[in-house]
Amino acid sequence: MSDQAYFDYLLRLGDDSLVLGQRLGEWCGHAPTLEIDLSLANVALDLIGQATYLLGHAGTVEGAGRDADRLAFHRDALDFRNCLLVEQPNGDFAQTMARQFLFSTYQRLLFQELAGSTDADLAAIAAKAVKEVAYHADLAAGWVVRLGDGTPESHRRMAGGMEWMARFVDELFVMDALETGLHARGLAVDRAGLRPAFDATVAATLAEATLPPLPAHRPVTGGRKGHHTEHLGHLLAPMQHLQRTYPNAVW
Amino acid sequence: MYTTELQKQAGVTTAEPAELLAAFEARVAADEFIEPKDWMPDAYRRTLVRQMSQHAHSEVVGMLPEGNWITRAPSLRRKAVLLAKVQDEGGHALYLYSATETLGTSREEMIDALHSGRAKYSTIFNYPTLTWADIGAIGWLVDGAAIMNQVPLQRTSYGPYARAMVRICKEESFHQRQGYEIMMALAVGTPEQKRMAQDALNRWWWPSLMMFGPPDDNSPNSAQSMRWRIKRDTNDQLRQKFVDVTVPQAEAIGLSVPDPDLKWHEDTGHYTFGAIDWEEFYAVVRGEGPVARERMQARRKAWDDGAWVRDAATAHAEKRSRRQAA
Ligand SMILES: [Fe+2]
Ligand SMILES: [Fe+2]
Repeated sequence: MSDQAYFDYLLRLGDDSLVLGQRLGEWCGHAPTLEIDLSLANVALDLIGQATYLLGHAGTVEGAGRDADRLAFHRDALDFRNCLLVEQPNGDFAQTMARQFLFSTYQRLLFQELAGSTDADLAAIAAKAVKEVAYHADLAAGWVVRLGDGTPESHRRMAGGMEWMARFVDELFVMDALETGLHARGLAVDRAGLRPAFDATVAATLAEATLPPLPAHRPVTGGRKGHHTEHLGHLLAPMQHLQRTYPNAVW
Repeated sequence: MYTTELQKQAGVTTAEPAELLAAFEARVAADEFIEPKDWMPDAYRRTLVRQMSQHAHSEVVGMLPEGNWITRAPSLRRKAVLLAKVQDEGGHALYLYSATETLGTSREEMIDALHSGRAKYSTIFNYPTLTWADIGAIGWLVDGAAIMNQVPLQRTSYGPYARAMVRICKEESFHQRQGYEIMMALAVGTPEQKRMAQDALNRWWWPSLMMFGPPDDNSPNSAQSMRWRIKRDTNDQLRQKFVDVTVPQAEAIGLSVPDPDLKWHEDTGHYTFGAIDWEEFYAVVRGEGPVARERMQARRKAWDDGAWVRDAATAHAEKRSRRQAA
């Protein structure tokens, strides 16, 4: 039985991982050190793996014969459901780490809850992923602290990265009607409930990094409805290029 | 090993104690491992530093042509496999830089030599990756050639190098397989995919044969390196082995090797093949490969753009240890 609301929810989860994994892939071969290159590839790999499971599950729930690849490579920006935070450009390494820290801190809390979902398949995916995400969050927090409390230049850049990303944080915790309904069925997490723990972790890490608190900003939202920033289209174009050019090919 | 640099004269050593030298040569001849603290001739150390750092640089620069397709990989599985593969290559560079550091040269010095153009890396990475099939061709041919070169080096005389090669070889066969698998999928695919696959083979075949280095009669230090067990087979022997193994693989998936002179000899059990364009090889060694500029620009840019990150990490570590001491 197709469950459109739940399908949409799984797209939100899967697209977050896919888009961020895609972004991190851009770093490959260009990072500040070999060790960083390897750790970014590691995170990207985990995220692409999560996306594969989550979108695959979404396809099953939809029941229209679309698999993970079909969903990843043959939807246009309006049908992507990721949050705006993950599609933000890599910028410099500080900006990349700001994005990673905020997202992974949130995703860790989210997957912890989803591991108790009434959908056994999603619970299993989340339980496996939460271990990976804990590592992503710690890795990113480590760099936020190192860069924030490093040199004057790294401090300035790290603060700049946080400033860029801050306006996209609220979206992570918005409960709309769709998710409220799914939450009542035990399928979705109450995002708003994750906020206090998120705020506490962010505040503690920023303090340790000698960085100012996240600047207040009018939230920029829309990702969950398919209204993205200008960046997403540019991310999807190369990602989907081969699949769109040769729609009948098997790779 | 990615043999690229024209074999330089190892340099005549002066005043090395004859008895130490004799003992060293005897140990090597007995297939014993030489370890970092052991006495070794200067020329042996220099040759190793050159060869090993060149290999490490090749792994790093080699991340670029394949990294070029990570954002465009045509399925989630291919993307993940390619990411893992390129990540492995970065890991290989790390093992090799550490192994080379045991000879008394720092990673910084080696990277500086690469960026200033003093150190070389494999010529193969100065060719562009134009289509997705190039990712298949690289795994199949370039990693395939690397395996041929590297398997014998697991028994090379310098211990840290040999041990690094053992770890590396384990991963290289996965690289080769994933590349061949990409080619296989393309070769049984649509006409456009077949065209991509054949075109990639056409472009990568000859540069892959060049990866084994100049012909034996033009490889002056080979004998010395063989005696030192830094090299275990000659360039031409390895090249022959590669051709013998790879041609049937191409045929098995219906691709044709772009060499009209290629011929199988039942009696010898070997192929003979056409003349290699050594002018092109030497030009690429000199830095005149099609994308040599792009490769070096990308490496220098990554390094320069990352300077503030490395500085910050150092500054933070110092602050931390000062705080702990206080
Ligand atoms: Fe390698
Ligand atoms: Fe490899």
